[in-house]
Amino acid sequence: MTPKAKFVLGAGLVTLTVGFLMAEGIKDTGVYFLMPAELAERVASDASMYEVGIRVGGTVVAGSIERDVATMTLEFEVTDGEATFPVTYQGLVPDTFMDDGEVVVEGRLSPEGTIHATTVLAKCGSRYEAVAEDVAETTY
Amino acid sequence: MTILGQLALGLGFLLAIWGTVVGAIAGHTGRLELVLSARRTVYALFGVMAVATLALIIALLNNDFNVEYVWQYTSRELPTVYTLAALYAGQAGSLLFWVFVLTGFAAAAIWLSPSRYARLLPYVGAVTCAVALFFLAAILFSANPFDRLPFTPPDGNGLNPQLQNPGMAIHPPMLYLGYISITIPFAFAVAALLSRRLDGDWIHAVRKWTLLSWVFLSVGITLGMWWAYVELGWGGYWAWDPVENASFLPWLTMTAFLHSVMIQEKRGMLKKWNVILIALSFMLSIFGTFITRSGIISSVHSFTQSDIGYFFLVFLVLATGFLIWLFWSRLPLLKSEGHLESMVSREASFLFNNLLLVGMAFAILWGTMFPMISELVRGVQVTVGPPFFNRVNFPIGLALLALTGIGPLIAWRKASPENLKRQFTIPIAVASVLGVLLIALRFGDFYAGAALTIGLFVTVAVLQEFWRGVGARHRLHDENYALALVRLVGRNRRRYGGYVVHLAIVMYFVGFAGTAFRTELRATLNPGESATLRSAYGYDYTFTHVGVSTFQSLNRDVIAATVEVKRNGELVGLIRSEKRQHFRCRVAVSPCPNDPQYKEASFQPSTEAGIRSDLREDIYVVFAGVAEGTESAVYQFTLTPLVWWIWFGGVLLVVGGVIVMWPGGGPTRRSPRRAIAGYNVKLVDEREKAAVS
Repeated sequence: MTPKAKFVLGAGLVTLTVGFLMAEGIKDTGVYFLMPAELAERVASDASMYEVGIRVGGTVVAGSIERDVATMTLEFEVTDGEATFPVTYQGLVPDTFMDDGEVVVEGRLSPEGTIHATTVLAKCGSRYEAVAEDVAETTY
Repeated sequence: MTILGQLALGLGFLLAIWGTVVGAIAGHTGRLELVLSARRTVYALFGVMAVATLALIIALLNNDFNVEYVWQYTSRELPTVYTLAALYAGQAGSLLFWVFVLTGFAAAAIWLSPSRYARLLPYVGAVTCAVALFFLAAILFSANPFDRLPFTPPDGNGLNPQLQNPGMAIHPPMLYLGYISITIPFAFAVAALLSRRLDGDWIHAVRKWTLLSWVFLSVGITLGMWWAYVELGWGGYWAWDPVENASFLPWLTMTAFLHSVMIQEKRGMLKKWNVILIALSFMLSIFGTFITRSGIISSVHSFTQSDIGYFFLVFLVLATGFLIWLFWSRLPLLKSEGHLESMVSREASFLFNNLLLVGMAFAILWGTMFPMISELVRGVQVTVGPPFFNRVNFPIGLALLALTGIGPLIAWRKASPENLKRQFTIPIAVASVLGVLLIALRFGDFYAGAALTIGLFVTVAVLQEFWRGVGARHRLHDENYALALVRLVGRNRRRYGGYVVHLAIVMYFVGFAGTAFRTELRATLNPGESATLRSAYGYDYTFTHVGVSTFQSLNRDVIAATVEVKRNGELVGLIRSEKRQHFRCRVAVSPCPNDPQYKEASFQPSTEAGIRSDLREDIYVVFAGVAEGTESAVYQFTLTPLVWWIWFGGVLLVVGGVIVMWPGGGPTRRSPRRAIAGYNVKLVDEREKAAVS
C-alpha cells in the first residue's frame, strides 16, 4: 500500500470517527427549540413531547415572576402572545431576567403542563427604563 | 466634526471603487502609472478612514449626544477609556473601525513588501479595496455612526456595563485585528491566483502576516474567555455560544494554515490546500462578523435583527462564487511538486493535524448552524448545546494535543526507527508513569487525566529539544547554559518560538482539565453565617458573610457584599462581589447628585464577581442579591482548579509568537532552489520595470 493510500485510509477513519461523534452528539443532546405556541400544538398531538429535553423561547409575562429567596426558587410564565406556560426553576438567573424580557428556558415539560427548567437564559430586552429605586431593593 | 466624518466616508467609498478597478487593471496590464495609482489609492483610503475614525473619536470625547451613536454608547459619567472603547462597542462604530484597521493593514502590507512581490501588490490593493468597499457600503447605507438625532438629549444612554471592564476595552480590538489582518494573506493568495504566480512566493510574503493575525486572534479569544469569566458571573469561561464559536472557527483554519504552509515551503506539496485554507479563514472571519452582527443564530425567533446581515450575506455569496471560479480556473497551476513518502513523517503528522483542525471547525460550524439546518430539513428547530461540542471536541482536541508533541520532533520525509527512538523514548516513558499513576489513584475524570498525561508528554518532548540544543551549543561553542539558550532561540526563532507556543497550548489544556473538577455551592447567608464548600484538592473552604454596603460610584449605584474566606480554618482573606446599577443623569451635572430623582437607570443591573486566583485554584464569589429589606445575601461560590493556567498560557503564547515574528537576525534557512527562483523573479521584475520606464 502506498503512503498516500495509507493516509487516505487514515483520513477516512478520522472523518468517520468525527462524523460518528457528531451524529451521536446530536442524537443524545439535541433538543427541540420551540415557541410556546408550537409547543402547545405539538403537545396536543404528540404525548411524547412530555418529559423530553426542550428549549422554549419567549417573553416573561409581566407580573408573573415570583421569587422565593430562601429556597432560591423562581416561578414565572413564558409566552409568545398565543400560548403561555408556567415555569419553575431553582437557581440563579442572569441579571437580564425581568418582566417582559426575552428568555430561553431549557428543561422538561411535565404532564401537568409546567416547564421544569434546568437553565434560564435571558437576553436584554429593548426596554431599559427600569427605575433606579428598584436597585436599592432586591434583584433576586 | 461629523460633517468631516461624513465627507471622509463618501470619499472613502469612491476611493475604494477606484482602488478596486485600477488595482485589477494594473495587476493585469502591469502599466506603471496604474500600478502607482493603485498604490496611492490604498494610502489615500487609509488616510481618509483615519480622518473618519478621528471624527468619531472627537464626537465621542466631546459628548456630542446629538450624534445618535454617541448618545447610544456613552454618557457623561463614563470614564474616558470606555468612551474611547465605545468606538467599537456598537455596530456602526465597529464597522468603521474595521475599515480603518483594514486599510491600515493594507497600506502597511504594500509599504513593507519587498520589490520582489511587486507584481502581486496591485492585486493585493484591489482585493483589500474591494473588501473595504463592501464595509463602506454597509456603513453608508445601513449603519452610519454619524447619523444625527432631531434633538440633543442631556445625557447619553451609556455603555453596556458588562463592557465596562479593562478586558473588554481590549478584547474586541484584538479579535478584530485578528479577523481583519487575515484579509492580507488572503489578498496575497488571490493576487497569486490572479497573476498566476503560484510558485510559493506569496507564501513567503504572507508568513509573518499570517502569524500576526493568528496571535491577535488567539489573544482576542483568550481575552474573551477572561472577560466572560470575570464579567458574566457564571464561573465559566467558554459556553460554545454562537459568537464564541464564530471566533474559534477562523482560529482553527488559521492554525491549520500555519502548519500546512511549512509543508509547501519545504516540500512543494499542498498548494491547493493552502489556497483553500486561507480563503476559508477569510470567509469564516467575515462569517464570524456576520453571526455576531446579524444575530441570525442566537436570535432564533424574536431577538432583535438587523438588516446589516443582508450585506454580509450578499458579500459571502459573491465572494464564494468568485473564489470558486478563480480556484477552478487556476487548478492546473497548483500541481504538487512532492508527494507523501511515509506515514511516519512530519508531513503525515501535519496532514493529520490539518485534518483534525478542519474536522473540528466543521463539527463546530455544524453544531452552531444546526438550528437552521434542522429547520430547513425537518421544519423544526433542534439545538445542540455544550454537551454536543464537548463530546465531539474533547477527543479531537486531545489528538491535536498529542500532535503538538509529535509533529515538531518527527523527521521529514520518512522517520527512521532511530529517529523515533531518540526523540520519543523519554517523553513516552515519563508520560506513561503519570498515566499509570493517575489510573492507580482512580483519577476522577478520563478526559482531564488524558489531557494531563498527553500534556506532560508534549512538555517533556519540547523541553528535551531545548535541552539538546542548549547542550550542543554549550559543548561546541563553549557558551554557558543561559547564553546558549538565548543564542539557540535567537538563531532559530521560528523553530523555538513555535515550541514555546506549543508549551502555551499545553498550559491551556491543563486549565481545561482543571475545569472538570469545579465545585459550586449556592447559599443564602445572614451576616455572621457561613457556608462550607470542599474543593477538588480536599480543602474545606468556609465562607462567612460579613455584610452589605450601598454607595454611588461614578456612573453607577453599587451594592457590595463581602465574605471572609478560610481554607481549612486558616484565613485566606476578604472577597467582595458587587451588584451594579448603571444610570444616566437627568441633569447635565458632573458628578450626578446622589438622589434618585436625578438618576435614570440604564441597562440591567450587572454583577461583578469577586475572584481570588492562585496556581492551584480560583475562589469565585458571586453576590446574587439581598433578600428584601434585610442584610441576608444570596451567594454563589465556585472553586475551579487551575484556571490561572489558561490566562498565563495566553501570555506565553504571545511570547512564543513574538519570538517567531521578531524581525531580522538569524540565518534564514531557505533551500538553494527557492533562493534562485526568487532571484529569477526579481530579475524578470527589474527587466520589466526597465522596459516600462
